[in-house]
Amino acid sequence: MAVAQNSDGQGKGGLGRVFVVALPYLWLVLFFVAPFFIIFKISLSDTAIALPPYTPVFEGFGAIQDFVSQLDIENYIFLTDDPLYVKAYLSSLRIAAISTMLLLLIGYPIALAMARASASIRPTLVMMVILPFWTSFLIRVYAWIGILKPDGLLTLLLQAVGLMGPEDQVQIFRTDTAVFIGIVYSYLPFMVLPLYAALEKMDNTLLEAANDLGCPPLKAFWRITFPLSLPGVIAGSMICFIPITGEFVIPDLLGGADTLMIGKTLWTEFFGNRDWPLASAVAVILLILLVIPIMIFQNQQKKVA
Amino acid sequence: MAKTLGPVKRKFSPWTDPSAVPFIRFENITKRFGTFTAVDNLTLDIYEREFFSLLGPSGCGKTTLMRMLAGFEEPTEGRILLQGKDIRGVPPYRRPTNMMFQSYALFPHMTVEKNVAFGLEQDKLPKGEIAARVEEMLKLVKLEDFARRKPNQLSGGQRQRVALARSLAKRPQVLLLDEPLGALDKKLREETQFELMDIQTNLGLTFLIVTHDQEEAMTVSDRIAVMDKGVIVQVATPAEIYEAPNSRYVADFIGDINIMEGTVAATQSALGAHGTIRIECDGVSVSVDQECQAAVGDKVAFAVRPEKVRISPDKPVDSAVNAVHGEVWDIGYLGDFSVFIVKLDDGRVMRAAQANVSRLVDRPITFGDMVWLTWPLDAGLVLTR
Repeated sequence: MAVAQNSDGQGKGGLGRVFVVALPYLWLVLFFVAPFFIIFKISLSDTAIALPPYTPVFEGFGAIQDFVSQLDIENYIFLTDDPLYVKAYLSSLRIAAISTMLLLLIGYPIALAMARASASIRPTLVMMVILPFWTSFLIRVYAWIGILKPDGLLTLLLQAVGLMGPEDQVQIFRTDTAVFIGIVYSYLPFMVLPLYAALEKMDNTLLEAANDLGCPPLKAFWRITFPLSLPGVIAGSMICFIPITGEFVIPDLLGGADTLMIGKTLWTEFFGNRDWPLASAVAVILLILLVIPIMIFQNQQKKVA
Repeated sequence: MAKTLGPVKRKFSPWTDPSAVPFIRFENITKRFGTFTAVDNLTLDIYEREFFSLLGPSGCGKTTLMRMLAGFEEPTEGRILLQGKDIRGVPPYRRPTNMMFQSYALFPHMTVEKNVAFGLEQDKLPKGEIAARVEEMLKLVKLEDFARRKPNQLSGGQRQRVALARSLAKRPQVLLLDEPLGALDKKLREETQFELMDIQTNLGLTFLIVTHDQEEAMTVSDRIAVMDKGVIVQVATPAEIYEAPNSRYVADFIGDINIMEGTVAATQSALGAHGTIRIECDGVSVSVDQECQAAVGDKVAFAVRPEKVRISPDKPVDSAVNAVHGEVWDIGYLGDFSVFIVKLDDGRVMRAAQANVSRLVDRPITFGDMVWLTWPLDAGLVLTR
C-alpha cells in the first residue's frame, strides 16, 4: 500500500516537477543553444555581398546536402593565421586576469570590513555596494570619461590642490590604465558580494579559537579566514573574469587605439568589416576559451559541497 | 558494562590551607559593557590542580569572567593574577590558557589531526614531536580511527572530543571549558563528565569550567562558585553548597528544596554558637540545630531538602522531631525516587522524596491520603540571606 501511495504521489507531482525542471532548460535551449548553433553555422559560411551578408542561406531540407558541402572551416584557419586575433585573445585574457587580481585586492578588504561590521549596519553597507546599479552601466562609464579626460575632473582636482601645474594634464584617458579603472569600478560589486556572502557566515569563534591556541591575528587570517572564504574568492573571480574577457564597452569608451581586446575585435569584424562568418568564428573560440574556467569553477563548487 | 577506573581520588583541599598560594586570582574584577555591569567587584582564588566550576544562570557573568582569563576581554577594573603575575595586556595567543569552546569552534577545513596539531604548530615544535603528541591526544579521547576525517563527518560527541583534545594538546596550565557538554545527550554527558575528571587528575591540570547545569558542576568539581548578576554568592565544595547553602538564592538554585519564610522565636545559644533555633512560619513552628546566625525577631527563611523529609501515615511518637500534617496532593514517580507533593493543613505545599527501596507497584501512600511529614532537628536550615 505504501508503495502504491508513493507512486501515486509521484505521478501527481510528476508533471509539475517535469515542468519546473524543464523550464530553465527550455530557456537555455531557446536563448543559448539555438543562437549558438546559428552562430556556429555562420562561422562555417563564407562572406557574401547580399542580405543577409553571408551564404549559404538555409533553403529547405532538400538542400541539406548542398548546404553541408558549402560549409568549411576556413574562418578558423584564418584566425590562427593572422596574429592579430591570437594577440587579441591573449591581451583580453591578460587584462581580465590583471583586473580580477585588482578586484580581489580591493574587494577583499571591503567585504571583510563589511562582514566584521556590527550586524545593525550590515544591510546598509550591502545597499551601498549595490547602489551604483541604480544608474545605467553605460552612463557610469561615460562619467569616467568626464573624470579621466585631459581637461576632466581629475586634472581640475589635482590642479586645485596644487599637485599639478596649471599647464599639466592627466594622461590616463585612452590608455590601458583607464580601461583597468573602468573595469575595476564596474565589476567591484560582483566581486564584493560573493566574498561578503562567504565571509559573513564565518563563525567568529574560530578566530578566537585560533588566537587561543597561540596564533596571532594576522596569521589566523591566512590559516583560517582566507581558506574558509575560498569558495567566495573563486565565485567572485569567475563572475568577474568571464565577462571581463569579452568586455567591449569599457575598452571601446575608455581604451586607446592600442588597447587590444577580443570584444572590440569582434565588434569591428561584425559591424566594421561586415564579415559575419569571421566574427562568428571569433565568438565561438571565445566561448570555448571561457568554458574552461567555468568548468574549473563547477569542479571547485562540487568539491566544496 | 565493565569500566576501568582511574586512580582513587584523594582528598584535595588547598583552599583550607592558609599558606597555599592561589594559582589564579581574580582581584576586585569589574567588567562593564556600556552601562551593563557583567561582573561586579569580584574576588576569587583558584588553586593549582583544582577542578573549579563557575555556576549560574545565563547572563550572570560567568562566561565573561572566563573570557577575561583567556584574554578575549580585558577587565574594566581590577586585575587577574596568574601564578602571581598580572596578565593585563597579554594577548590571548600568549597566555598559558587554552579554551574548549561551547560551539567547539573546530576548524571546518582541517582534518581532526590538523585541528589537534594547530596549537602545537604555532609553538613551532618539530614535526615528529607534533605527530607524537597528536597521536597521544587522539588516543586519550579515543579518536585514533578518525584522524583523517573532517569535523562535519563526525557526530556531536566525537566533535566534542576533538575540541577537548585540541585544547589539551598544548598542555595548558589552565584549561577553560565553556559549557563543554551542553550539546550532548544525558547519557553521553554523564560518561564524559567522568572522563573529564579522569583526564584532569591524570594530567594534573587546573580546570575551570563554566556551566549552568548544577548536576554537572556537582559531579565534576572540587569547588563551585555560584554566581548571580555579576557577583559570587557562595564558593564551596559541592557537598557544602548542597547541604549548607549560605542564602535563599543558592539553596533554590542547587537541587530541590522546601523554603518557608518565618521569624526567629527562640534561640538556645549565643550568636555563632551551636544550638537549637525555633522559627515561627505563620503558624508552623519548626526547630533547627545549627550554628546560630540570627537573633530573636529576625526575619529568616527555613529550608529543608525533600529527601530529608520522611512521609508517614502515622503521627510521630518522638516529640523532638519537626512534624507537619497534610494531604497528599500529587506524586511524582521518578523510578529511583518518588516525590510526594503534600498540601499542609494551612494550604502551603511541601515536598518529600522517598527512595523506592521495594518493588511494590502499589505504594502504601497514595493521592488524598492524610500524612505526617517529619524531619529531625539537624535536617533543616536557617537562611539569613
